[in-house]
Amino acid sequence: MAMADATQDDVQVGDTTDKRGRLVTSDGTPLRRALERSMRRRKLMAFALVAPLLAFILIFFAFPIAQMMWRSVDNPQIVNAVPRTLEALQDWDGRDVPPERVFAALHADMMEDLDRPRREQRIGPMGIRLNYELSAARSAVSRTARQVPNFEAPFRDAFTDAHRLWGQPELWRVIQREGRPLTMSYYVAALDREFDEDGSIVKRPENRQIYVNLFGRTLALSVTITVMTFLLGFPIAYYLSILPMRYANLLMIAVLLPFWTSLLVRTSAWIVLLQQQGVLNTLFVNIGLIGDDNRLDLIYNQTGTIIAMTHILLPFMVLPLYSVMRTIPPSYMRAAKSLGATPTTAFRRVYFPQTLPGIGAGGVLVFIISIGYYITPALVGGQSGRMISNEIARHIQQSLNWGLAAALGSMLLVGVLLLYWLFNRLVGTDSLKFG
Amino acid sequence: MATAQESEGFVVFDGVQKSYDGETLVVKDLNLSVAKGEFLTMLGPSGSGKTTCLMMLAGFETATNGEILLDSRPINSVPPHKRGIGMVFQNYALFPHMTVGENLSFPLEVRGLGKSKREEKIKRALDMVQMGAFMSRRPAQLSGGQQQRIALARALVFEPELVLMDEPLGALDKQLREHMQFEITRLAHDLGITTVYVTHDQTEALTMSDNVAVFDDGRIQQLDPPDVLYEEPSNSFVAQFIGENNTMDGVIKEIKGESCVVQLDGGALIDAKPVNVSKVGERTRVSIRPERVEANRDRLDADAHLIDAEVMEFIYMGDVFRTRLKVAGNENFIMKTRNAPDQIRHGRGDKVQIGWLPQDCRALDCPA
Repeated sequence: MAMADATQDDVQVGDTTDKRGRLVTSDGTPLRRALERSMRRRKLMAFALVAPLLAFILIFFAFPIAQMMWRSVDNPQIVNAVPRTLEALQDWDGRDVPPERVFAALHADMMEDLDRPRREQRIGPMGIRLNYELSAARSAVSRTARQVPNFEAPFRDAFTDAHRLWGQPELWRVIQREGRPLTMSYYVAALDREFDEDGSIVKRPENRQIYVNLFGRTLALSVTITVMTFLLGFPIAYYLSILPMRYANLLMIAVLLPFWTSLLVRTSAWIVLLQQQGVLNTLFVNIGLIGDDNRLDLIYNQTGTIIAMTHILLPFMVLPLYSVMRTIPPSYMRAAKSLGATPTTAFRRVYFPQTLPGIGAGGVLVFIISIGYYITPALVGGQSGRMISNEIARHIQQSLNWGLAAALGSMLLVGVLLLYWLFNRLVGTDSLKFG
Repeated sequence: MATAQESEGFVVFDGVQKSYDGETLVVKDLNLSVAKGEFLTMLGPSGSGKTTCLMMLAGFETATNGEILLDSRPINSVPPHKRGIGMVFQNYALFPHMTVGENLSFPLEVRGLGKSKREEKIKRALDMVQMGAFMSRRPAQLSGGQQQRIALARALVFEPELVLMDEPLGALDKQLREHMQFEITRLAHDLGITTVYVTHDQTEALTMSDNVAVFDDGRIQQLDPPDVLYEEPSNSFVAQFIGENNTMDGVIKEIKGESCVVQLDGGALIDAKPVNVSKVGERTRVSIRPERVEANRDRLDADAHLIDAEVMEFIYMGDVFRTRLKVAGNENFIMKTRNAPDQIRHGRGDKVQIGWLPQDCRALDCPA
């Protein structure tokens, strides 16, 4: 019997193995390859399912973010505009006004630029770039550029006659320092620092420090808003979780209402309610809570930002809390009470710890959304309620210093990721429940 | 309202009524007394009010009317955490964020016990359920049976005099359930604690309890030790609910003391014991256990009434034979016989004559 089996194996090369001892399927293809083939379809299918979203995210999210981060260090303006000047500046010590040959090189660079078609001219962008580092640099460059065709040697005097800034080593130091394809000056500025005469980084004068304080304020406001949403959201989420489904859904609509009202309507409502002559203040005055001459400033300041953003972000806290609380059976509280715990102890030691995943999820959501929130602070925040995102928007839309905006944005992004990482280390994101 | 005997009980329900909606009573006039150290089971179909009774005793529901006494103290207005009653919940309700040790420590901590005292009691309680090695595990890392043991240990660790159990074995598989039944009864008796146990599983009720209260429709239908309950059901609900039963409807023909003759609707005459029927001509439902049906003439009284039956199906079940008979038009009449060497194995279509001892066949009320 055994003999017969062996012979058959040799003839058919076996049912399950080929000559080299590999496992094969019944039609003789190696098992491994057959498995791969059968899995390939499934892999392709899975990829096809995620491909549209993946492409969307790559094109409209990942790529712009990468581009933004690149823009925060990208520094082509000066390198492109005045290559000869930069070469001539190489052995300049940065102390005094540069020698004549540097001015001659600059003249040559500027003359060359005039030959370029108007849209491709590079001296203009260089002026703008220099102006970020040194105010008045732009007008120096543009005024000189108009007169350059008439300049004759010695160029040094011609340039300093055209604008006094050419005679100051400070401008040349900036040109020398920023005459590199990559720069960190945007980050230096974003951290309220600047370069001194020796090229080392020092703090800006106090009255010109903006961003670090603004980051601090953004952080503080976000924490406040997160705490407020927690304090307001926890009781309502608890109440929703113990209500019968029918009523809970009804109440949930009320909680979700901020999502459904248009931002402008909502903000107008806040303005009507909160302004000095508004509903709330008038009510307080009428019931004698405050005097007519010291009405409260509830809008166009930090208070306005906190009130409006707490309102808007409340659902992000309530939803994860609610979904976690729904899953906590009432028997835990009963068990705790039957074991002798007062209702307070039972809540504190048995119920509350089980809601922590929800609190963590809600907190992370609200905090991360609010740290980058833009529109509400812009509308109701006034001056003291502004956040870092408003400053970024200002640099993009008004001052057009995109490099600085990109540096601030990158710092915000890295900061959020850092906080998230920290949170993950402390609490563990795998225990989060987003709903 | 309370009788003298009731007021002596450790746990007493005195005329307790409960309504959730103000229109229907879930518990209708409950009077019940549980002696100290007794193992009482509340048995009944779902919606019969048994769990509500347990929740009222634990303090999670308030009695709408009537009084609940614990050790002669009325406890209607005592909040649950001051009642000192241990409780095992249906899904164990072990705190998922605490280890086994912390779970057991919880009732001791809220009672303000010192650390060494706590550790000693926790160790003793865990050893009691043979779970000493699982102190630092989380509930989610334990199997269902292990969780069950921990829940039991937690309910016992603060040494309550009364322990309530709400279908604690419902989630376990059959073998484990049987093992735990034995273990719970052993513990309850060893520790001398009073236990009120709620279940809808009649086997559980019969094997574990000193007394079983059968609930239906918000009332206790019968309160007796398991053997009495099984052998002498006092009404047709209990007869139907506990164990397997053959029932036939008929009219009382004749009553003489402890036995009576019933004429079935098909015309046949049978012997029975009148339980809650009193006069001739009354309609009745007779009930007889499959294992008390006898096909062997020799084992019956000489003057016993016999009834013709036809074998519909013979099922070999190993230890017993289960014969489905057609008796007086009822095709689902079951006869159970022990697998003994002399036992006849009937075939389909066999004609037999069956009978029974009059006291095994109980003439009960006939529900409309």
